[in-house]
Amino acid sequence: MLSFEARLEPSHAMRYASPFFAVALTLAGGLAVFAMLGKNPLDGFRVFFVSPLKDMYGVAELFLKATPLMLIAVGLSVGFRANVWNIGAEGQYVMGALAGGGIALHFAASTSILLLPSMVIAGALGGALWASIAAILKTRFNANEILVSLMLVYIAQLVVSWLVHGPWQDPEGFNFPQTKMFSDAALLPILVAGTRLNAAFLLALGALLAGYVLMVRSFMGFQMQVVGQAEAAARYAGFSARRAVWTGLLAGGAMAGIAGMGEVAGPMGQITEHVSNNYGFAAIIVAFVGRLNPIGIFFASLMMALLYLGGEQAQQYLDLPSSISKVFQGMLLFFLLGSDVFVNYRLRWSNTKI
Amino acid sequence: MPDSILTSILIATLVAGTPLIITALGELVTETSGVLNLGAEGMMAVGAIAGFAVAYHSGVPILGTMAGAVAGAAMALLFAVLTLTLMANQVASGLALSIFGVGLSAFAGKAYESLSLTPVPPLRIPFFAELPVVGPVLFGQQSPVYLSWALLAGIAWFLYRSRSGLILRAIGESPASAHAIGYPVIRIRYLATLFGGAMAGVGGAFLSVYTTPFWAEGMVAGRGWIALALVVFATWRPARVLIGAYLFGGVMIAQLFVQASSAPVEVPSQVLSSLPYLATIVVLVVISRNRTTIRLNSPASLGQPFRADA
Repeated sequence: MLSFEARLEPSHAMRYASPFFAVALTLAGGLAVFAMLGKNPLDGFRVFFVSPLKDMYGVAELFLKATPLMLIAVGLSVGFRANVWNIGAEGQYVMGALAGGGIALHFAASTSILLLPSMVIAGALGGALWASIAAILKTRFNANEILVSLMLVYIAQLVVSWLVHGPWQDPEGFNFPQTKMFSDAALLPILVAGTRLNAAFLLALGALLAGYVLMVRSFMGFQMQVVGQAEAAARYAGFSARRAVWTGLLAGGAMAGIAGMGEVAGPMGQITEHVSNNYGFAAIIVAFVGRLNPIGIFFASLMMALLYLGGEQAQQYLDLPSSISKVFQGMLLFFLLGSDVFVNYRLRWSNTKI
Repeated sequence: MPDSILTSILIATLVAGTPLIITALGELVTETSGVLNLGAEGMMAVGAIAGFAVAYHSGVPILGTMAGAVAGAAMALLFAVLTLTLMANQVASGLALSIFGVGLSAFAGKAYESLSLTPVPPLRIPFFAELPVVGPVLFGQQSPVYLSWALLAGIAWFLYRSRSGLILRAIGESPASAHAIGYPVIRIRYLATLFGGAMAGVGGAFLSVYTTPFWAEGMVAGRGWIALALVVFATWRPARVLIGAYLFGGVMIAQLFVQASSAPVEVPSQVLSSLPYLATIVVLVVISRNRTTIRLNSPASLGQPFRADA
């Protein structure tokens, strides 16, 4: 019968091949889902995966959607490498949007070129501060960071809701739950004329580069990895688990905060009740599919962004709810986790029944 | 009449606590076997839409509840195949299940938005339901409330008074020893995981079929995660789940009543809505700060993969 046999050493080739298997299986799964929904699978495939990229605008939209995913995922991967499970990036993203957007609203008359940089810093601080609540409670009181960071997501969403219905509501906004539009000086410059792709993409590339240096090339990155893979060895070597918790959560929070700021100062141009749009959760998938590696995260973000765009197309042309994206995104992660078995195991035929 | 307000607050508290009890007890059984399934939120969401859809088409609420159980178990099966057969990381797989479940329920539920069910009348126990205050609170509830109590008694008996419960706990403490004695560790973990999924599905279905009774995207609103926190709060003891769940139910309901009443102080509704989530954090901090309690009470192999030949 067919059974799994442990490999002597984890397979490097499979480690890098498995995300490609996962993508291929997701595409195949997509065909099956379209068929099950009574749509022509090939039509569905074309609308979902090909048509979003048919022109320059579409490609720019892909990078626009991938930008927050890259930022958040690279930040999360710092913690995930050390088994610091920050699941609340969505909340940190929202708080970053509020902090950065708050600066834009407060200095609405400013035309200073320092306005945008200070918004970026405020966004990073807002996200990091929100994440630091989970870090304090974890290091001081041993409270599970998964549950605490997640509860903080719901609280952050309520904070936005309060602000846009109350103190920050645009008085001339016909009572819509939204703030004033930001001034031009508070909007991120567009990179490609005629598209919505903005400078946040450059920040994301910078973050990927910084993440690469920090995680793959620095001693601190090595320490984080040891804490994650062999806690006892890390303790013996004197690598602080407490510092790993702080580093992981602050990095994740700051990056998520910048991503949130980039959304309100980019495509949204104001803060509305819909700031929270699940990028923080989607980025968890991106971090895993990208193998917690900045180069992998770059490509995984593009794949996930394509799933978002495909969902919008499917809503428009196939009469399917756009939440079909989330189904495909979930499938992608399942397939990845499943095919990862081949990193540590191989299939073997054995004649003897076990 | 303040008496009737108290009664309705208590009734509502029990109703709000019930999905938490059912989901948390299921998760407790799963975790006792050493499997950490963080997918409760996703399983509840899928249970809620499956339960609503079946109850809507059949017109029979109980069928909806059963559909919730089946849907929750199907989700848990996905998790079990990944973590128990393919040895995937339990934390990552559980998160995947939550993200997928919430997404899948939103997708599948699109067609059911803006529909609602006829409210299910409470199941009044003759004579007892006539008692003042305790009558309607304890004996005039909807059937899943009684189910949650039966479940609690059954699980407490199973875990601490039955031989199978002892085996389950042994597997959670030391799967290698249990395997050496000859118990099928993986098969039993499969069963415990499926049971947890079914219960989360029932918890979700209770929300959409009995409480609201309608389907809305995101209606589970973190209850799956709160149920996970409840298991920690209860230090893996079934009876304490009940106390914790009613505490949370009380917080959820109290804020609704304050919002509805004309309170003398003006408090933004969002502050009140955030109370259950704040309470979860506070409770986690209070319980977890004593590391020894957590270490002594949590199943020793929680979250660790097991393979017979390893």
